This record gives sequence, C-alpha cells and structure tokens, in this order.
Amino acid sequence: MDKKQKKVVVLPCSGIGKTFGSVARETAHELVESVRPGVTVLTCLPLLVINDPDARQLVTENPVITIDGCPKDCAKKSVESVGKKDFHTCRVVTFYSAHKDLKPEGVAPLNDAGLKLAKISAEELAATVDDLLKEEN
Amino acid sequence: MELNVLSNRKVGIVSCSGEGIPEGTVCRLACRKVLGELKAHKTVTICLPLFIAGGEEERTFAKTFPTVTVDGCEKLCAAKATEMLSGKPAKSLVVSEILKKRGIAVPGKLRNFGDEEETAVNAVAEETAKAVDEVLGKG
Repeated sequence: MDKKQKKVVVLPCSGIGKTFGSVARETAHELVESVRPGVTVLTCLPLLVINDPDARQLVTENPVITIDGCPKDCAKKSVESVGKKDFHTCRVVTFYSAHKDLKPEGVAPLNDAGLKLAKISAEELAATVDDLLKEEN
Repeated sequence: MELNVLSNRKVGIVSCSGEGIPEGTVCRLACRKVLGELKAHKTVTICLPLFIAGGEEERTFAKTFPTVTVDGCEKLCAAKATEMLSGKPAKSLVVSEILKKRGIAVPGKLRNFGDEEETAVNAVAEETAKAVDEVLGKG
C-alpha cells in the first residue's frame, strides 16, 4: 500500500521581544534547513492561533516538535489548542542549561553564542526527529 | 487612570512571526526596528500566540493599547488574531502589499538577511512607524 511519508512539523515560539524566542526560531531554522532538511517542515505558529485549516491539518496529521522560548509555552499551547495531544515539546532553557558557556544575547540579531547554541540545539533535536519518523513511517 | 494615560501615549505593535515564510522574517525585523529605534518610546509589543497561551492580561492588550498589526501574507494572522481574541486593530499593514507598492522584491530566504533584504525591512519599518504616528494623531 502506498503510504505518504510523513514529515516532522517544527514549530518554534514566536517570541518577538526576547532572546530565547530568537534562539527558538533559529534552532527551528537550523533543524529544517541544515540538520534534517527534507524530512522536517516549518510552519507559522500564528496560523494555529487563527485556526487555519491547512496548518491545522499539517499539525494533526504529522509528528510535531515545539520549541518554546519562555515558560508561557506558546508553541506547545497553540498545538494543544488544535486538539493535538501526543507531540514532542522542548524549551530553549533546557539546551542552555546544558551549554552554559553559550549565553545568548540580543534579539535581532542574536550574538554568536546564541547562534551556536541554536546550532547545537538543532543537532541535539535530530535524534528526536529520527525517532518520531521511525514511529510514523 | 494611570493605564489610560499610558495607553494614550503608546501604540501596541502586533507582528506576524511567519516562521515559514521570508515575509515573516521581514515583518519581525521591521517591527523590532520600530520598537527599538524608530518609535522606541511610543510602542510596546506582545508575542502573537500569547493571545491563546496567555491570560486575561494578554487578551486585553488591544483594549489597553491602540494596535497596529503587521502581517507577512494574505492570511492576516496578526490582524485576525488580534481582532478575534483581543480587540479591533487601529491599523493593519501587510508586508507583501507594502513591498509591491514600493517595487521591492520579496526576499527569497528565511534568515541571514543582507543589504538587499534590509531594503525590504526598512520599507516595512518606515510604513509601520508612519502608521504609529497616524494612530497617535500625528499623521
């Protein structure tokens, strides 16, 4: 039977005013563009806020990773708001706690440490992507 | 009372974050420019998904501050979410329309913007700053 290959949907927090929000976004871009291109896809978090049917379908039919910048957990809660229950969540602070030497600063642009932290975070999320795809495909 | 005085002097900027499209990056960088440089003392912001994830304080944002929404595409997430969950925006801008009006190409990448993409960011920032002035009654 021909089964459509699923992709992992990556949703970073949209934090416009905070450093960790920028790290979340940069991590998502690294993951989708460099670390696991082709098997991951990025979509806009605000599409879930307005309950866009295409975004809703994408999120409900594929494995999801959310990357939040702060304890408000906007990305996680937005995914939950469309009825998705089982998905992988993480916070930038977890990666930073493991790499205290990389203190992110700035928002736009991030400093070099922030960019490096995002790169490392994306690499660490690669295993999660692989696991999610193994379960789904 | 204090809140009313504050809201009379500040405009809320609600930016689409458009993680999936270059216009979203333009939007975000332009709004940062307005918030941090062009209208630093006259604007405040909120992360758009906080309308869902946040509490009552976040949902009254558009009632506390007159808002300018800046969207990356025709889906109008910022304008729709603000109106649905907080209050009607005072002005709504769309990046793709601003760039078309000014004859500026839409950037082809999501990040690592250079001089070429900066032209688009500056154009949107200028239009947003103008909208802030108009809302504050200076336009």
